[in-house]
Amino acid sequence: MPEKKIRVLIAKPGLDGHDRGAKIIARALRDAGMEVIYTGLRQTPEMIASAAVQEDVDVIGLSILSGAHNTICPQLMNLLREKGMNDVTVLVGGIIPEADIPAMKQSGIAEIFLPGTSTQDIVEFIHKRLAR
Amino acid sequence: MSDKVKETTTTITTGDAPAAPREPSAQERAWEENTLRPTPEKSPERQSEFTTISGYPIRRLYTPADLPGWDPNRDLGFPGEPPYTRGIHSTMHRGRLWTMRQFAGFGTAEDTNQRFRYLLAQGQTGLSTAFDLPTLMGYDSDHPLSEGEVGKCGVAISSLADMEVLFDKIPLANVTTSMTINSPAAVIWAMYLAVAEKQGADWKKLSGTLQNDILKEYIAQKEYIYPPEPSMRLVIDTFEFGVKNTPKFNPISISGYHIREAGSTAIQELAFTLRDGMEYVEYGMRRGLDVDQFVPQLSFFFNAHNDFFEEIAKYRAARRIWHKAMVERYGAKNPRTWALRFHTQTAGCSLTAQQPYNNVVRTAIQALAAVLGGTQSLHTNSLDEAWALPTEFAATIALRTQQIIAHETGVTNTVDPLGGSYFVETLTNEVERGAWDYIEKIDAMGGMVAAIERSYPQREIAEASYKYQVAVDKKEKIIVGVNDYVATEKPLDILQIDESVARRQAERLSKLRADRSKAEVDRRLSALRKAAEGKDNLMPFLFDAVKAYATVGEVCDTLREVFGTYEEVAIT
Repeated sequence: MPEKKIRVLIAKPGLDGHDRGAKIIARALRDAGMEVIYTGLRQTPEMIASAAVQEDVDVIGLSILSGAHNTICPQLMNLLREKGMNDVTVLVGGIIPEADIPAMKQSGIAEIFLPGTSTQDIVEFIHKRLAR
Repeated sequence: MSDKVKETTTTITTGDAPAAPREPSAQERAWEENTLRPTPEKSPERQSEFTTISGYPIRRLYTPADLPGWDPNRDLGFPGEPPYTRGIHSTMHRGRLWTMRQFAGFGTAEDTNQRFRYLLAQGQTGLSTAFDLPTLMGYDSDHPLSEGEVGKCGVAISSLADMEVLFDKIPLANVTTSMTINSPAAVIWAMYLAVAEKQGADWKKLSGTLQNDILKEYIAQKEYIYPPEPSMRLVIDTFEFGVKNTPKFNPISISGYHIREAGSTAIQELAFTLRDGMEYVEYGMRRGLDVDQFVPQLSFFFNAHNDFFEEIAKYRAARRIWHKAMVERYGAKNPRTWALRFHTQTAGCSLTAQQPYNNVVRTAIQALAAVLGGTQSLHTNSLDEAWALPTEFAATIALRTQQIIAHETGVTNTVDPLGGSYFVETLTNEVERGAWDYIEKIDAMGGMVAAIERSYPQREIAEASYKYQVAVDKKEKIIVGVNDYVATEKPLDILQIDESVARRQAERLSKLRADRSKAEVDRRLSALRKAAEGKDNLMPFLFDAVKAYATVGEVCDTLREVFGTYEEVAIT
């Protein structure tokens, strides 16, 4: 029986429109055989959480370069908990000061990928994390 | 011929001259036979192909054979004269150094005012303003969507009151300012002009630049609010206003920087920027503006990426293309219409989070390319670019980089030092040719707005950026410290913007709303709305509104009601 494809939501939360990374990751994950939904720009945490539920995704990838991560991430994690999405893997990519990473991981974010990360590393992380 | 010697028999085109076969001289053939051919068998070349960072193939050696039909008088010319290959001024940096204009902005207007004055005291010669995302997107600091974003990517400006603080103790009559703002550009410009007026500065002598390039927002930076047609109306309103009121001010900085940062190639950056420029010229002419009056006020903004010679060729090709287009497409007669003036910023996207001190080196080399390419103005990035907004320490090194190039390297001793180089002239020709191909393609689509509507430049950029990433992931392109020469390292001290900025802004806005005349604000916003529904130039209405302390959000919302908002079709 063919395995169910991994479903990923790639989201751009907040006001920032710099989407080069998000689009590349979306395409790389697609090329790696995953089903990817890209939300487009200027998503609120509510919109992202709703989309994640609606699309029944395994992974949410947030692209944040704006410095708003300490506001956006806790809001999103709370919403996901409220909606019962406790099993979804949340990943963040972008510009995140190292000092902020421990708190983000404590809040349930599985991994933070900084500039310079290769797309293979992200693909491998997802496969390993979901054990498929 | 050994297969280690890849013979690239190519046809060469010089600008728009017909393709000519590359015919090496007898001496070159002798060299290939006697000296070159034995070499690769003993020591093969490091790669099977050498390309620019944009993927353009580069020959082993450039000789006169690469420039068949090249005419130095037609193709190179002299600085300050068509075709401007060598530069737009006869003395270039011997006469006047480029403006050292460091992009700065964070936190509140007070914070940024302090950084502005620091940088001026350290020797920078022009100001450049970075606004935060709420301001860029036309929201006040206390709007719900501004949460977490206030002051993080630039300075928070919600009203004229903030603008007054921003330029406190900075005489706008004596300092030129660039403002990186697009969708709300006309609003922010109105505030700037109001501050200038308050300071007693003469608008007719006021100099500076407004980025105000909405086309590249749809293409790359994505800070659009309104749909294309009303956005273009706003831009042309600024041109029209500028011609009459601020003849020394650049109401637009037609940008390739962001297009390149989004992942385009050098040729795409050049082509899309110049074609955007032509689109603005055409819209301006349709408004009834005289090409020889308004176009001299249009300025440009390019990236300075890592591939040294490709960038230099790009700038030289840019000037040649613009001159040709102005003459042939629009019948321009004023030399100031023909001469392309540009600001450059070194490539943020090339800088690494890993081993950030390496970025000082990257920035220096990129800055050198911009100088050798004949830039009028330059921003050099800070070493902490991939981590945060610059610390004072990092911003100072970036400025010193320019000062060292200017005063210690000797490259400013002569104009266009690389002119006549077989390689640089060939590459200039080829970059120009590649750009014209794209320009003509976009012409055939019906112009840039039409091309944007069918996502053409967006798709080209997405494709180029993906191709580049694949090459990096495969280590076909090495990035020192990232996919090779990796080392463990200590974290950097970086600039932190805390949430008190948002609180202070919220308090300030409360006070503003309490102190101003609500009736007056409402009256002026109403007049703005009515004008926006019609065809009047909006600048006077914006000026009136901001002077009554209508906020950025209130003005932009008024325009949202009339123009609607834009959402792109997301392509990956």
